[in-house]
Amino acid sequence: MEETITTALESQEYFINMGPQHPSTHGVLRLVLSLDGEIIRKVEPHIGYIHRSIEKMCEHDSYQQIVHLTDRMDYLSCHINNEAVCLAVEMGLQVEIPERVKVIRTIIGELTRLSSHQLWWGVMGMDLGAITTFLYGFRDRELITDIFEETCGARLTMNYNVPGGLMFDIHPNFQKRTKDFVTYFKKKLPEYDDLLSNNVIFRERTIGIGKLSKEDAISFGVTGPTGRASGFSCDVRKHYPYSAYDRVQFKEILRTEGDCFARYQCRIAEMWESLSIIEQLIDNIPEGPFKAPTKAVIKLPKGEWYQKVETARGEFGVYIISEGQKSPYRLKFRSPGFSNLSALDHMARGCKIADLVAIMSTIDLVIPDIDR
Amino acid sequence: MKSVVNYFKEIYFGLRSLITGLRVTGHYITHPKEIITQQYPENRDTLKMFERFRGEVVLIHDEKNEHRCTGCSACEVACPNGTIEIIHKKVDVDGRKVKALDKFVYHLQMCTMCGLCIPACPTDAIKMANTFEHAVFDRSKLTKILNKPGSKIMDGIK
Repeated sequence: MEETITTALESQEYFINMGPQHPSTHGVLRLVLSLDGEIIRKVEPHIGYIHRSIEKMCEHDSYQQIVHLTDRMDYLSCHINNEAVCLAVEMGLQVEIPERVKVIRTIIGELTRLSSHQLWWGVMGMDLGAITTFLYGFRDRELITDIFEETCGARLTMNYNVPGGLMFDIHPNFQKRTKDFVTYFKKKLPEYDDLLSNNVIFRERTIGIGKLSKEDAISFGVTGPTGRASGFSCDVRKHYPYSAYDRVQFKEILRTEGDCFARYQCRIAEMWESLSIIEQLIDNIPEGPFKAPTKAVIKLPKGEWYQKVETARGEFGVYIISEGQKSPYRLKFRSPGFSNLSALDHMARGCKIADLVAIMSTIDLVIPDIDR
Repeated sequence: MKSVVNYFKEIYFGLRSLITGLRVTGHYITHPKEIITQQYPENRDTLKMFERFRGEVVLIHDEKNEHRCTGCSACEVACPNGTIEIIHKKVDVDGRKVKALDKFVYHLQMCTMCGLCIPACPTDAIKMANTFEHAVFDRSKLTKILNKPGSKIMDGIK
């Protein structure tokens, strides 16, 4: 302790708290920065400000009730989180899911990814000082939330999945609305490039900032677009296909630079891929039931199951240990935000404070996902 | 010489990128019809939510002030947060004491609008209403009794 104080005094190092209430932390994340002038020497994230003990709550809930808690973790990819829990429970029950459910889940999952990336794009511009992008991102996101509202009944915390299928069938307008959105957004996506990607100020602030090598990405467990921008091929949809991802053609976006701009480009390219996945599936929704018959009280047999899915932020895993009761003995969530945050210190060392904001933006943190 | 050319090239492309961005925003200034802002509190009369939108739980009453709730507590069991509380009373039916609904207590402050209670109901007595303006000045107003005073169960619902 004494030693740290002496070294801190000698090197003129000082500490500053960023957060827990700071616009660029997107929630209640507290970063303790140790600074030398404006240069960051160390970033120490302090988490736990929005901890709700969701994992413990799951041990008292039935399997149907667990699903709605995952909405409250990574609220921007809530449908994909729901899907993960449902897939894990279905794996334990060994029920065959109707094809219709698989396709609908995939389409809504991709819409969720798009809406998450749109919000991220808007907020990223805002973090770097351009409030225009925020409004444009939200304008396009509104159309997706309308689709969700009409079909799932809610705009953000949808809770549309239930173990065995879906809560109710898609709305008759769903296909038309989605197709309209895809044609609309294909015209609007180049605007994103005009506004931000090619902007000289934006490029100056992101190119070469916050580099993360492939080896570091793997050792920190960084997944999602953040990991893929460093060249780490980690797309769960590609490597371990679930739902209907085995029957669609899409590219895994990989970059090698590993800087902020690569992560940005990765997400923009993913939006194009998501649009193409939706286009391939929207006309081919098979007929059939929207739910496999399950018992009212679901009891998993004794055993353990792990299911991982690709959310907008990375690999999300659900690990269920069952003792044969109607609620799990233990349930563990592997959230992408937590591992991605652990690499922040490594990326931000030697950067300036303003660069830290850009780096945090490109990791796309959602704090409730980290704290759970 | 090369560095000087690059210097001016950078300035040129930088300025051009700014102008491209401004052209997008300029397009929307000159095309006000493409702006989709809703004037929310003013358009309250015309604002229509989607039919599936989950606002709050309501007990369906018909024009004769009759509902379909038998007080079976299936929704209470399905609810993850203890939002619904069914209080029973005993009524005489043909000389037998039968459980029936006394009060359907709904704690809106605890509701997460997950909608699990709706498919759980065996008699389709409850639904999700489209209302969304739930703000009140006092927290106690959020605890509601959903069965209207004087209402009774419909004939033939068991």
